[in-house]
Amino acid sequence: MNRFSYARPDDLAEAVQASAAQAGNRVIAGGTNLIDLMKYNVERPAHLIDITRLPGLDRIEPTPNGGLRIGALVTNSTVAYDDRIAARYKLLASAILAGASPQLRNAATTGGNLLQRTRCYYFYDSATACNKREPGSGCPAIGGLNRIHAILGTSEHCIATHPSDMCVALAALAATVHVTGPTGDRAIPFADFHRLPGDRPDRDTTLEHGEIVTAVELPPESFTTHHTYLKLRDRLSYAFALVSVAAALDLDGDTVRTARIALGGVAHKPWRIPAAEDALSGQPATAESFARAAETLLSGAQGRGHNDFKIGLARQAILRALQQAAAGTPQSQTDKRIR
Amino acid sequence: MSTTIETHVGSPRRRVDGRLKVTGAARYAGEVAAPGLLHGYVVSGMIAKGRITAIDTAAAEAVPGVVKIFTHANRPNVPGGDADYQDMVAPPGQPFRPLFNDRILYSGQPVALVVAEDFGTARHAASLVNVRIEAEPHETDLDRLRESAYVPPEKREGIAPPPEPRGNADAAFAASPMRVQNEYRIASEHHNPMEPHASTVIWEGGGRITVHDKIQGVKNSHDYITAVFGLPPDDVRVISPFVGGAFGIGLRPQYQLFLAVMAALDLERSVRVELTREQMFTFGYRPGTINAVAVGANPDGKLQAIRHAAVAGTSSFEEYQEVVVNWSGLLYHCDNIALNYRIARLDTYTPADMRAPGAPLGVFAIESAIDELSYALKIDPLELRLNNYADTDENAGKPFSSRELRAACRQGAERFGWSKRQPEPRSMRAGRELVGWGMATGIWEAMMMPHSARATLTADGKLELACATADIGTGTYTILTQIAADSLGLRMEDVTTRLGDTSLPEAPVEGGSWTAASAGSAVHLACEKLRQTLFQHARGMNASPLANASFEHVQFRDGRIDLRTAPSEGVSIVDVLRAAGLDRIEEQETAAPNAETKAKFSQYTHSAVFAEVRVDEQLGVVRVTRIVDAVAAGKIINPKTARSQIIGGVVFGLGMALHEESMLDHKLGRFMNRNLAEYHVPANADVPEIDVIFVDEHDDKANPLGVKGLGEIGIVGTAAAIANAIFHATGKRVRSLPITIDKLIE
Ligand SMILES: Cc1cc2nc3c(=O)[nH]c(=O)nc-3n(C[C@H](O)[C@H](O)[C@H](O)COP(=O)(O)OP(=O)(O)OC[C@H]3O[C@@H](n4cnc5c(N)ncnc54)[C@H](O)[C@@H]3O)c2cc1C
Ligand code: SF4
Repeated sequence: MNRFSYARPDDLAEAVQASAAQAGNRVIAGGTNLIDLMKYNVERPAHLIDITRLPGLDRIEPTPNGGLRIGALVTNSTVAYDDRIAARYKLLASAILAGASPQLRNAATTGGNLLQRTRCYYFYDSATACNKREPGSGCPAIGGLNRIHAILGTSEHCIATHPSDMCVALAALAATVHVTGPTGDRAIPFADFHRLPGDRPDRDTTLEHGEIVTAVELPPESFTTHHTYLKLRDRLSYAFALVSVAAALDLDGDTVRTARIALGGVAHKPWRIPAAEDALSGQPATAESFARAAETLLSGAQGRGHNDFKIGLARQAILRALQQAAAGTPQSQTDKRIR
Repeated sequence: MSTTIETHVGSPRRRVDGRLKVTGAARYAGEVAAPGLLHGYVVSGMIAKGRITAIDTAAAEAVPGVVKIFTHANRPNVPGGDADYQDMVAPPGQPFRPLFNDRILYSGQPVALVVAEDFGTARHAASLVNVRIEAEPHETDLDRLRESAYVPPEKREGIAPPPEPRGNADAAFAASPMRVQNEYRIASEHHNPMEPHASTVIWEGGGRITVHDKIQGVKNSHDYITAVFGLPPDDVRVISPFVGGAFGIGLRPQYQLFLAVMAALDLERSVRVELTREQMFTFGYRPGTINAVAVGANPDGKLQAIRHAAVAGTSSFEEYQEVVVNWSGLLYHCDNIALNYRIARLDTYTPADMRAPGAPLGVFAIESAIDELSYALKIDPLELRLNNYADTDENAGKPFSSRELRAACRQGAERFGWSKRQPEPRSMRAGRELVGWGMATGIWEAMMMPHSARATLTADGKLELACATADIGTGTYTILTQIAADSLGLRMEDVTTRLGDTSLPEAPVEGGSWTAASAGSAVHLACEKLRQTLFQHARGMNASPLANASFEHVQFRDGRIDLRTAPSEGVSIVDVLRAAGLDRIEEQETAAPNAETKAKFSQYTHSAVFAEVRVDEQLGVVRVTRIVDAVAAGKIINPKTARSQIIGGVVFGLGMALHEESMLDHKLGRFMNRNLAEYHVPANADVPEIDVIFVDEHDDKANPLGVKGLGEIGIVGTAAAIANAIFHATGKRVRSLPITIDKLIE
């Protein structure tokens, strides 16, 4: 861990300015990821800008169109147990509760969760090459230990996954990320917020230098009845997803009106293929339809050895999740029996 | 001998140190404060094999607050020769010598120590140290080195090599109508105690130091330090009253101890060196092991042949050994047995004893093979085991001191409801999930070591017990207190137990599940002596009601010595001391195993583990929903702490079965999942109800107390029982631990 200076501005503009001032500056919220990365010398910020005292970012507010706006500093626990979220956006609450541990969720923030970094072993080991950490140095996960790595949207430069559970639900719900930067405010559709690695795996998101996430907005459509978050991992709790599925359906009897499917643990971003969802519209909510959706979602999936199993696992998980959603029996995050 | 009234022994008692622990009042090695304490941070080399060509410390040295940076190039000379690095538990070979020279022997090796006025400064400066290493080709892949594996020529002390073959296993196997032959693998694991390794060395002036070390035996650290640094024994005191878990990784002095002592002696200041969680992956580990097992039987289930050959890794500098295959010759009666254990030299650190070292590995293999055989024979796995029950130790050709394994099997089966099991795999279901019931037996040595203890009774009627052993969380403080309280007829609150200090009577390292037997016996003897001394004084009192009594006729109870036949006639022990004009009576005794019984009898603990799993087959998700562990371990001093030990062991076994794996990248020669987010141990959600049964077992041969130890037996059969249950549920035999999702759906 390096030495750094620290400031705790109480004004957003000031925070943005400080964040933009120098390439090595980092904002810190809950610190549950950033501090670890600093201990591993993966992040070596010259200056930390503690945003936890910025006013107005710690609230969940209704939006005029009937959605909700979650401030970037609202903790993961607060989101999961907020009455409005727990009643309507059950998919989001469930995904959050599937992640990490109560202690971590109490500290972790909405903005920080979006920007948490991959759990790739090599990324964490500053004595190895890693294109995400040091562009151009190589990717030892290819041909190395890649059991937890991506099967979709990878590049020869990086096969890391985005580890968040919450983001998988936000992708399925088609949330919007609000940011404020040196040049003003932007609203970024969730699908465009995280990136695929391509030849710039050092960039996880489309956030520009100096931009700070201020809120995540949930659209009114909440899929309250037919949804599930199914997470498969190496133990029954407190492990990152090998594969996870956020599924949300709007049904007309047994016919799918709208479907949303996002996958976690399989790509550099929550994986959504609108074509797979569109193809489900008007189809019966049956195993056959779901299998076709899985096929489309996973087309082009490529294993790297240890993670080959994820392709088959993801297929089964998609099927099961869609069945759970269709039946209105979402996966419980406390009863570990898979429904 | 006058009778001891068992008020506390045999009854559940709370931990006497529990309050200290939950309130944070118990101080661990890395928490001890000292004026002017300096902090050392270790710089780890990240190449598996090679030579250090340069270490640039300039930038680090320029950081204000840095006191000194030690490397192999500038470290103070230590007088100790190569052999002085040996410790009480060292396997044959040359122990690792920190900062010894420019050679890199494994990835993660400490290559520098940055000492600074505070921890943050040391850590920051450490990140600025630039180490250049010229890499040489390395090998960490056991599979590739299998062919070069060899039978260790020099045996490790205390580790029984495989017994001589009996009969002709090859021929008998070939002739067996029913045969099972397979390979069973267990991944490398790291101990990962909650408390990371730390040493705080207090500079007392004049070359004297007090060392607070994380260690399972203060004498081991003490003797290592005095030998390596050439210090007079009396100038070094090692203290370790509390150990935040160790599981074997605290048996040997680790490199942070060397570094902290080196820096303190050189700087003549107090120094602490504490390792990070990541650095906890830079020394001993449970070696990944490959077992080749062949079992042959007649159609009636009588075993005809057992062959068990294991290969495990060691380091390039030491020949680590543990008992992996011998269990296969102990569990079953079989006339044709061939057991073989070989090691291969990897470019890693030396493996280390980890909870029941060797046993769960070999037992997973043999108990999986026996399970496979039971399906081939269509005989219930429990019945097959009982049909081949070994009544004597056929490895050594001796009777067991006691062996209630049969009772453990029966009682465990009864509690579990084994008779309701459907024999066919995949035949039991609950909703969508497949249900599997599996079982396995477990075995571990019941050992005793020479051990001293002191008991001091003071004028206020309070007793202090003292010995150097460690309580690594097992409950040693509590059971010693119980034994002494009963012996002298005191309340537990009147007994204080002191442990983990080289100024106290000598003890071996705390390991091998021998502490209850060894320290317990020593305490028992010291208290027995104290009783006799007290009794003599009591008889000599003016008008003593006990004047004509003999020792056999009195009892010690409620702080009094009374006639057994007339419990109101007697004296209080406070009065005895007062009358004798004594402010204290102190007795010290040493207990040692009886060589004759040891030569005549084999001493083991046993268990029968029954597991229920539920498997979602399509998704490969396993839930362990029930475990019954029936344990035969002689006398149980404290059913509460005993149960906790078994539960802890079972959870360890569950981790071995489903979760734990230290993953080596063989290109880098390095363990990669060096943190507790990616190195998985069971979480609460993974741990089901664990039902522990202690089977009555009377053993008058093992040791004076009849106890056998509980620290390790809980893990031994658990992984096999779970793997067997998974087969019963799914029909899929996974022969490689941990059984993760990918292995079940592939
Ligand atoms: C052991 C462990 C297990 C975990 N398991 C899971 C799991 O199963 N599932 C899961 O989803 N997560 C898991 N997590 C991750 C956890 O969810 C994240 O660490 C957490 O959400 C990060 O939030 P934070 O506020 O602490 O972020 P910080 O650590 O403060 O910041 C993380 C990153 O986000 C940036 N940042 C923070 N806020 C903003 C903002 N408003 N605008 C711009 N940038 C910002 C920081 O600069 C930093 O780069 C686990 C973490 C740990 C340590
Ligand atoms: S997968 Fe990505 S993060 Fe991992 S080593 Fe390769 S480049 Fe680095």
